[in-house]
Amino acid sequence: MLSLQRNVALGALALTIALAVLGAFVPEWILYTCALVLAKGLVVLGLCLLLRMNLVSFGQGLYYCAGAYICGLVSQMGISDAFFLTFLAALGSAVVGLILGLFLSGYRSVFFAMFNLALSMILYGVLLKSISLGGSDGVGVAAPTYLGYAPDGEMRLYVFFVFALAVAGASSVFAFLYTKSEMGLASASVKDCEIRLEYLGLSVRYLIIFNFVIASTLAGIGGALVAMVSGHIIPELAYWTTSGEFVFITVLSGPNGILSAFGATAVFETIRLVAGQNMPNSWQMLLGSFLLLSILFMPNGISGLFRRAKAPKPDAVGEGINND
Amino acid sequence: MLRKITGQVRVGLRAVSLATIACVCAAPIANAEETFKLGLVNFLSGPAADAFGVPSMNGGELMVEALNAGEVPEPYAGMIGFGGMPIEIIKVDETGGAQVQIQRFRDLVQREEVDAIVGYDGSGDCLAVAPIADELKKVVVFSGCGTPRIFEENSYEYVFRAGSHSTMDNVALAHYVARKLPDAKTVAGFNQNYSWGQDSWRDFSLALKELRPDIETVGELFPETGAGQYGAQINVLMRLKPDVVHSSLWGGDLEAFLLQAGPRKLFDRTNVVFTMAEHVLPRLGDKVPEGLMTGGRGAVGALHPDTPLANWFYSAYEDKYDIPAVQGPFRFVQTILGLKTAVEIAMQENGGKKPTSEEIAAAFKFASFDTPSGPVEMAIGDGHQAIQGNAIGISKWNAQENRVELVDVEYFSAKCINPPNGVMSEEWIKEGFPGAECDN
Repeated sequence: MLSLQRNVALGALALTIALAVLGAFVPEWILYTCALVLAKGLVVLGLCLLLRMNLVSFGQGLYYCAGAYICGLVSQMGISDAFFLTFLAALGSAVVGLILGLFLSGYRSVFFAMFNLALSMILYGVLLKSISLGGSDGVGVAAPTYLGYAPDGEMRLYVFFVFALAVAGASSVFAFLYTKSEMGLASASVKDCEIRLEYLGLSVRYLIIFNFVIASTLAGIGGALVAMVSGHIIPELAYWTTSGEFVFITVLSGPNGILSAFGATAVFETIRLVAGQNMPNSWQMLLGSFLLLSILFMPNGISGLFRRAKAPKPDAVGEGINND
Repeated sequence: MLRKITGQVRVGLRAVSLATIACVCAAPIANAEETFKLGLVNFLSGPAADAFGVPSMNGGELMVEALNAGEVPEPYAGMIGFGGMPIEIIKVDETGGAQVQIQRFRDLVQREEVDAIVGYDGSGDCLAVAPIADELKKVVVFSGCGTPRIFEENSYEYVFRAGSHSTMDNVALAHYVARKLPDAKTVAGFNQNYSWGQDSWRDFSLALKELRPDIETVGELFPETGAGQYGAQINVLMRLKPDVVHSSLWGGDLEAFLLQAGPRKLFDRTNVVFTMAEHVLPRLGDKVPEGLMTGGRGAVGALHPDTPLANWFYSAYEDKYDIPAVQGPFRFVQTILGLKTAVEIAMQENGGKKPTSEEIAAAFKFASFDTPSGPVEMAIGDGHQAIQGNAIGISKWNAQENRVELVDVEYFSAKCINPPNGVMSEEWIKEGFPGAECDN
């Protein structure tokens, strides 16, 4: 287990550094999209953890938006440190996730999804109408600083990209190790048989709350990153279409896989960008057809594609035993 | 067999999912030497597309084609495109929220390498894009987004708005009520519950309080945006029987309200004054209630002034798209003409070279230009925010011509209904419009 931790951490570090170096040679408009991908990828990562338990949240925008607004409103008070803002957003959305998780953990399937949706729409409605929180026009977010270092002009986006990369890298390592831990493995079996888990002495409700808090924390961090990279946040972050987008990306990613969460977000954002560039009048149609085709041909998402490639042949001994 | 095909597709998809990112980088970058590359942004999908986005984009395309062909009448006759450079347009959809707009804005500036960008109707989008425009040092001229916040809470170097903000609409309406409805005693507000509706009602009620302190506010209704059903609110208004109802509704919400309130004779019992109902009149036709009082955020659409430029645009638009031009296209076109003026002033000063963003921005400040909606002056917001006159009329069905007319039109000069440079609009209204120059 210890060597697994070390290998994963080293691998993630190497990948993060490689991407950070690569980022230095990429035009800014791609870099902005990459930063968006990292932020949204974190939300998707959280949804993947829930999907492993057969729970789909159609309201993950709530935590995403909460994180963004915590970051935005605190930054308006003159605090602009990216580390502090991200930490605060993570903490805030974790608390929200814990409180709502206590209530939501009693529900499954469509009820769980719809309650989440309803709660996120309540936040949307409140933000839309409260003039003190910017109303529908939203809130401006100051450019972030890093432990006293304030990058200027052209460096600003790149430094943020490296910061986002570090945050996403650390979160991914955490998420991967979590899925391999006892708690993580127990969570994965919630979808198979809850009664059996209870007989083993585990509380399903506790497992669900635990995963839900992790997912909402990740969404909050993603929200904070989005607030800092775009400099302006609006209540639409909690709107159901935002949450729906995350669910779509999660389906595209598939529940098993950490990198695939970011990969799926990258594919989604790229298709939206290219479709918007070339078909300004009908880009949604291209996005929709892509959704349809990906569900038809990739029922297990992107992670399913690559897993299938590595899986042992059907006639090999020990089929179905996951030994990675 | 099916499995085999699916397997092949899967292998292909593996490659595609990795390669999509690479193909963006390989997209061709056009070389803009002699042409002026212009990004046009507006809602091409979603609820604002029908009301504003698509008509605006149509008007913009018509104007760019006419400018490239040199067909625009005086005072723009004889100069092709922008200062002789043909205009090449790139259209972008404004739908998707602030994050997507920043993404597309960066894409327009850094990949497409446009020379300037015109558009944006959503206030949230404008507030999000403005700081990025300054960061990338690229001129962006907003066509819509009514909020006065943009230039009153911040100052930007490369950001302009060549149309007036929402304060003007509501101050003009307050003047109109004070002038035309001397017997009015009570007023109620009927506005959507988001920034646009809240700001509009605030400006109107403050202005009316200054002009007619005797009028009492008897109700403030804020229905949801996109509600579509207004039975309850109409009941409240029928019961309150205010002499005046103020509304800033637009698009589908406005159409729904008119269709529901008309048959219940709300417009017979009370004077409902709209800031911008002008844009639904051609669409609703004979279903528009008689006697509805409305502006269009400027002397636009059927309220356009009688000048060669305005008459040409109004008829050219109707010839091409089979529906009269409303405020969306008028505002969008005036934004393009403002940019044209700035580019040409900049070229006069640099000896006829294609101007840089810095030169365009410097020339745009405090510029004034002629538009189909009358003269526009970049007079406030330190030269970044335009002022223009407004007009308000009363709807009347013309059965012979089969269209809604606006009769008994009152015009308000720009300096009468806009604050002077450097004055916050809310303060200006509260202090009783200091410095306003009204004709009557």
